[in-house]
Amino acid sequence: MRSKSVVRVVLAEDGVLLREGLIGLFERFGFRVVEAVGDAEALKEAVAVHRPDLVVTDIRMPPGFTDEGLRAAVELRRIDPGLGVVVLSQYVQHRYAAELIDTGGGYGVGYLLKDRVVDVEAFIDALHRVADGGTAVDPQVISQLLRRRSGPLSALTTREREVLSLMAEGHSNAAIARRLHVSEAAVGKHTGSILSKLDLSRTDDTNRRVLAVLAYLNGDR
Amino acid sequence: MSAWPWRSIGYLLTTLPSAVAAFATLGVPWLVLAVRLAQGRARAGEVAVLVLIGVSLAAVPGPLAAAWLSGRELRRLRTVDARPVQARFRSGRRLRSRYTDPLAWREVGYVLLLATVSPVLVLAVMAIALMAVTFAASPIILGAQGAGAGPVTLVFGKVDSVVGTAPYAAAGAALLLLLPYLATALAGAHAAVARALLTGGASERLRAELVEVSRSRTRLADAFEAERRRIERDLHDGAQQRLVGFTLKLGLARLDLPPDSSAAALVDEAHGEAKQLMAELRELIHGIRPQILTDLGLPAALGELADRSTVPVVVEADVPERLPALVENTVYFVVAEALTNAAKHSRATCVTVTARVKGGALDVEVRDDGHGGADPDRGSGLTGLADRVAVTGGRMLMSSPAGGPTVLRVEVPCDPSPSSE
Repeated sequence: MRSKSVVRVVLAEDGVLLREGLIGLFERFGFRVVEAVGDAEALKEAVAVHRPDLVVTDIRMPPGFTDEGLRAAVELRRIDPGLGVVVLSQYVQHRYAAELIDTGGGYGVGYLLKDRVVDVEAFIDALHRVADGGTAVDPQVISQLLRRRSGPLSALTTREREVLSLMAEGHSNAAIARRLHVSEAAVGKHTGSILSKLDLSRTDDTNRRVLAVLAYLNGDR
Repeated sequence: MSAWPWRSIGYLLTTLPSAVAAFATLGVPWLVLAVRLAQGRARAGEVAVLVLIGVSLAAVPGPLAAAWLSGRELRRLRTVDARPVQARFRSGRRLRSRYTDPLAWREVGYVLLLATVSPVLVLAVMAIALMAVTFAASPIILGAQGAGAGPVTLVFGKVDSVVGTAPYAAAGAALLLLLPYLATALAGAHAAVARALLTGGASERLRAELVEVSRSRTRLADAFEAERRRIERDLHDGAQQRLVGFTLKLGLARLDLPPDSSAAALVDEAHGEAKQLMAELRELIHGIRPQILTDLGLPAALGELADRSTVPVVVEADVPERLPALVENTVYFVVAEALTNAAKHSRATCVTVTARVKGGALDVEVRDDGHGGADPDRGSGLTGLADRVAVTGGRMLMSSPAGGPTVLRVEVPCDPSPSSE
């Protein structure tokens, strides 16, 4: 597990206040911020210089204030598919999430709404997941996907839908059990039931499961 | 004595060059005709040819010459008419409108009058003035000639003594006093005709005003739109960013406090409220102008609306370029309202949003498969949006028969342009 050692982070965020706040947050949780920059070009240079474990970047950055951060993230992942990348978005844009998850087989990527950073522990948890090669997808993205997909999803129980949401966000069985205050065995039963109802193959690899569920939810788009 | 008689005289004198110009372009055949008729030697064929030439001149180059002359005449009108001249309204700048606009033909009429009637009247006034001066000066003329130089002819008779000129001198003096009034009256009449024919009637003025009003309305709406963008940017760069930083600090502070302490509970509560505030501010900014619309344009923003909707929405957007900010924002909010209505009232299971730019207009259609029966006049929020659409020069149409489907259509004229900051 890489996150047992110190995770070295390059941060890209153009808002000075938030950048300082995030640096404080990262240091508080034992990440090492090797460089913090304010635009996408500087981000690419910093990654080339420091070769960090994790990149956290805002999507909307100078000069165009559209999707510079995402473009840089996709490019960095193409060069090094093992680089963990978390992008922070102002609004849910499924295309962004899908494009990012498409890189490096979906391992070690995160797409989160910017507002999530204030839920300190959940945010740090997501960063660790990505640094460990997992996936972190914003709950709002998942809830929109769930709302749109009908069909087999309507056969799920309420609890199964909850479990499915957490699976899709990128949580392991153990993490889901903690969240829902149930035993890991119970979660295992739920996931088995969900996967068979959705006609997805069973796997114990959390990340492969996450990607299968995401692919399913993105299905008819 | 006020300046008006002098202005009137100036106006009448400057009428002559205009009349000459008008005459040179349109009047010659008519003069020839008049002379021939006066001579009593005109043959029918000759008359027909002259009339044909005169009419063709008025009909073909007439409106073009008249437009040019009318512009000059309106400027000249200011010498005797202080009222503002209404901007002339033309239905279009194209050549065709020179021949289809009623105003163009009134201008031709004016120019014909200018070529024929007005020089006659002006010359008549000048003749009267000359006569008045001669009469008034007759005692001096006779005095200067000395006795025995023979009688002098004075229009109505011969006079051979200074004493005999007395009635003429009196009449001349009276005429000279009346002359300013005559000039003012004629100038006034000319000006009235010019105003009536060249500036158009009440409906013409109303049209011109309407055009100006809708233009100024569009300018205002554009200004509002620019202001909305400024507010959105200010809130986003300022308050929102500070608030996220602040909330983050509260979140961190909570972690450093003993979990069971009252301080931890308070900070926890404050953190929750700050998060609520963040959500509210985000919604507020979104309602002013959605950031996704500013960043990525209409297709992406419509896609986001579809993602937020509780009813499945299919978006087909063919909008290759960025559109003016006002158009983007208006259409976005119309579609947002239509989707909200579809979700709330129609029991639709599927909504299709199509948007395409075709022939300089953006056509947007929102169609649901619900039970219809929506009343656009009743509390649907669509009335206000119809006004916003009207400001862009577009229109909004709605069809919602009982049993469905409900179709909302918006057509907005637009020239694709980079949405400038």
